Amino acid sequence: MIITTTWYLLLAAVLFSIGTTGLLVRRNPLIMFMCIELMLNAVNITFVSIGSHLNDLGGQLAVFFVLVVAAAEVVIGLALVVAIMRRRSRTNVDDLKILGG
Amino acid sequence: MIDLVWLIPAFPLLGFLTLICLGKSVREPIAGWLATTAIAGSFLSVLIVFIGMLLEKNENRQTVFTLFDWIPAGDFKVDIGFLADPLSITMCLFITGVGTLIHLYSIGYMHGDPDFNRFFTYLNLFAFSMLMLVLGDNLLLTFLGWEGVGACSYLLISFWFRDPANATAGKKAFITNRVGDWGFMVAMFLIFFNFGSLEYLEIFDILGSNQIAETTTTFIVLMLFVGAMGKSAQFPLYLWLPDAMAGPTPVSALIHAATMVTSGVYLLIRVNPIMVEASTWSTGLIAWVGAGTALFAASIAVAQTDIKKVLAYSTVSQLGYMVLAVGCGAYTAAIFHMITHAFFKALLFLGAGSVIHGMDGEQDLRRYGGLRSLMPITAGTFIVGWLAIAGVPPFAGFWSKDEILAFAWDKNPLLWLVGIITALLTAFYMTRQVILTFFGKPRYLNAGDAGDAGDAGDAGDAGDAGDAGDAGDAGDAGDAGDAGDAGEIHPHESPWTMTLPLVALAFLSLVGGFIQLPFSSSTKRLEHWLEPATFHNETHLHLSSSTLWILALLALVSVAIGIGVGISTYLKEKIDRQIFEKPSLVNAWYFDSTVSKFMGGSGSKAFTAVAKFDKEVIDGAVDGTGQIVKKTASILRRSQNGLVRTYALGIGIGAVGLLIWFLTRTTL
Amino acid sequence: METVVFLISAAVILSGALGVIFSKNPVHSALFMVQTLFGVAVLFVLLEATFLAAIQVIVYAGAIVILFVFVITLLGVDRAEDLKVEPISGQRPLAVVLGASIFGIILTVLIVAVGGPTGEQAANIPIGDATDNTKILGEALFSTQVFSVELTALLLTVAVVGAVVLSTRPTKPLISTLEELQNDAVEDEPEEKGGE
Repeated sequence: MIITTTWYLLLAAVLFSIGTTGLLVRRNPLIMFMCIELMLNAVNITFVSIGSHLNDLGGQLAVFFVLVVAAAEVVIGLALVVAIMRRRSRTNVDDLKILGG
Repeated sequence: MIDLVWLIPAFPLLGFLTLICLGKSVREPIAGWLATTAIAGSFLSVLIVFIGMLLEKNENRQTVFTLFDWIPAGDFKVDIGFLADPLSITMCLFITGVGTLIHLYSIGYMHGDPDFNRFFTYLNLFAFSMLMLVLGDNLLLTFLGWEGVGACSYLLISFWFRDPANATAGKKAFITNRVGDWGFMVAMFLIFFNFGSLEYLEIFDILGSNQIAETTTTFIVLMLFVGAMGKSAQFPLYLWLPDAMAGPTPVSALIHAATMVTSGVYLLIRVNPIMVEASTWSTGLIAWVGAGTALFAASIAVAQTDIKKVLAYSTVSQLGYMVLAVGCGAYTAAIFHMITHAFFKALLFLGAGSVIHGMDGEQDLRRYGGLRSLMPITAGTFIVGWLAIAGVPPFAGFWSKDEILAFAWDKNPLLWLVGIITALLTAFYMTRQVILTFFGKPRYLNAGDAGDAGDAGDAGDAGDAGDAGDAGDAGDAGDAGDAGDAGEIHPHESPWTMTLPLVALAFLSLVGGFIQLPFSSSTKRLEHWLEPATFHNETHLHLSSSTLWILALLALVSVAIGIGVGISTYLKEKIDRQIFEKPSLVNAWYFDSTVSKFMGGSGSKAFTAVAKFDKEVIDGAVDGTGQIVKKTASILRRSQNGLVRTYALGIGIGAVGLLIWFLTRTTL
Repeated sequence: METVVFLISAAVILSGALGVIFSKNPVHSALFMVQTLFGVAVLFVLLEATFLAAIQVIVYAGAIVILFVFVITLLGVDRAEDLKVEPISGQRPLAVVLGASIFGIILTVLIVAVGGPTGEQAANIPIGDATDNTKILGEALFSTQVFSVELTALLLTVAVVGAVVLSTRPTKPLISTLEELQNDAVEDEPEEKGGE
């Protein structure tokens, strides 16, 4: 079978949904972050495959920027996680419910 | 000159405001003269408008003067305007005329009372309200005056409020009136709903052009009649009038004889185009209620021992006549009787007040007697009033009563029979009152005086079994405070401020009948005068002149019988008075006590249930809405649990939802 | 050939992803993450985006995952969390439904759409062959997209500054809630004092 763009897109879709499910199920903040990274990767695959399909460099340019932003986001996010979770022994996102009504 | 119609209510209003501001700062007679001047000014304005109206031709006599827009609320537009037409000006004439005389009288009557100024403040307010009632060009203004006179009636009945019995009487009057007001208000809603306007002339126009269903007009008329029943003291809403005698006598004369109680009849006559469109059974009902009330009240008046209570029941009875006339479609006759009644009833009340004043507050008829020589002017004018109300020609009452009886015969001979019997009773009890007061031996001297032939009659009076029921009259307890006075009473004539109005009213009672003599069309001046207001809606009498003469003769015969029996019972003492003064009559057929028992017993249970309903259901619904909001909020609050994953889930669900929505919208 | 590579890399990617979300141990998750990223890099090469593949390995797998591992060891979260219990009711079923529906939507779109995926060119620059990829990408970035590049530079600077600020320890607590005080009272004295 010929691998068409559709296959790549489907792969990205599966990866994205796995990432979503993981984000909502896991309680460890770092693993939740990793799931976000999975989703971002799925988006990257989509971009590159469509760029290749359309013979346009725009897809790859987009991925470039997504990569940069993802890196910055991880930096800040982890700094936040460290700042919040530093004093706890059990890291659990469910403990951060001070803003509950 | 008719443009000056706005002056008519302006004068008493000005008087009221001035007196309110002055308060207690002026000394005694000044407030009284101020109030009298105000209403005299109003009377002069009425005269000017009247003359202006006489100068106009018949068709131009109905004009509306709008002062300003009062309630411009979309479709519902009401403005302060005056409808100056013969009917309202006629009412204003005798309201202000008799009112001026009564104001003058009150200066003498209320002399020495510490609340002198307050009395005249209320009197002027009452005059203003009454004038607004009759001059208003729409139902809402009439209702304004209606409520105003009701409030003033309450204020004036309970004028000596420090005695709780008087306060209770005032409350009773107000509450009973309220029942009538409910009817008026329902009628107003219906009229606005069906006609789109509350102005009389607009309503009449719409009635002429459109077809309004007969059931609607019947219901409107019945509701207005409920209002009239409350104000004009028809059965069963008459209960307040005898108790209203707790107020000072000028109040009884002005409000409960001449003016306020006639406002119900005025209202019905004002809306006569609607009455014509209503079904005949409703007007028949009105006639029968009037006739029944007349007979009922007259029967009670026969046995009353308080001079004012006799006149109170007499007023109820005469109002019954007026309502009977309205029910028979004889609007002119009703107005005619209203005018003559204003004259002679005010005269009788003022005369009674003069007697009470002269007897230092004694009001019991059984303690009067032989006052003719001691109070000549009072006695003379009172006798004129007696002859007028009894229906002796050429006094005013004969003409007006006869006219009503003629219409009653035309409608239903039974109605005429009830009217004739009432006329007989009227003659009888008025004769009784006159004789007990002014003739015979004086009974007010001490019972200890031995050898006095009059005392034998006195002891016989005290032994009357019928007197046992007298203790039930709550109003008496407040009035006859001096009854227990064992000292001497020196009856004296009243000052000129009191006797002058008596003489004036006596004169009017004598000549008042000549405005509507039934002999030919040219003598029926009142009828022609009132045509712009009655719109030819009156019932035409289909009686031959011979029938009319026979009816008049029969009326005279009944009057003669009444007077004759009265004289022979009370003066000549040939007939035992016990036949007439039965306990059931003294206690007003026990109607009042039955109502009180019901209100206090099972009635109050019903009222408590209604109050409970109001508190729990209606208030509960309002509070319940708030509770529902609170509970919903507390349920919804659970979605704000502060957990990151819940919010993430919400975001995800929202995003998926949006995607699905976009998918279903677009074609792929 | 292409098919085989694609299938193998797809398998690597998906198994790595599943490993990320199903691992109890966070370090295991990080390693599975690396596996996924490698697979994605292979996929990039397959699509003739060689520069991106290199960057993916260097930045993502080389830097970001290392960061993750650093924080894991810093926070001492190598203790496994209890995956059997789910405190929020309905979260798991709904999460599964959500994931499935996202996949379902995209699947639907791809199946229903006639003529395959469409789109418009954004950069209007044709992709050359694989060897020229870096050159073409560099030219495009620094000529037409130079503004965005400068912005990303700014972004990275801000990120660094922010990270430094966030990780300084204040002398006294920035916020003290009842919970934090309770947590302080509950657990044994943390590394806080030792970390100074």
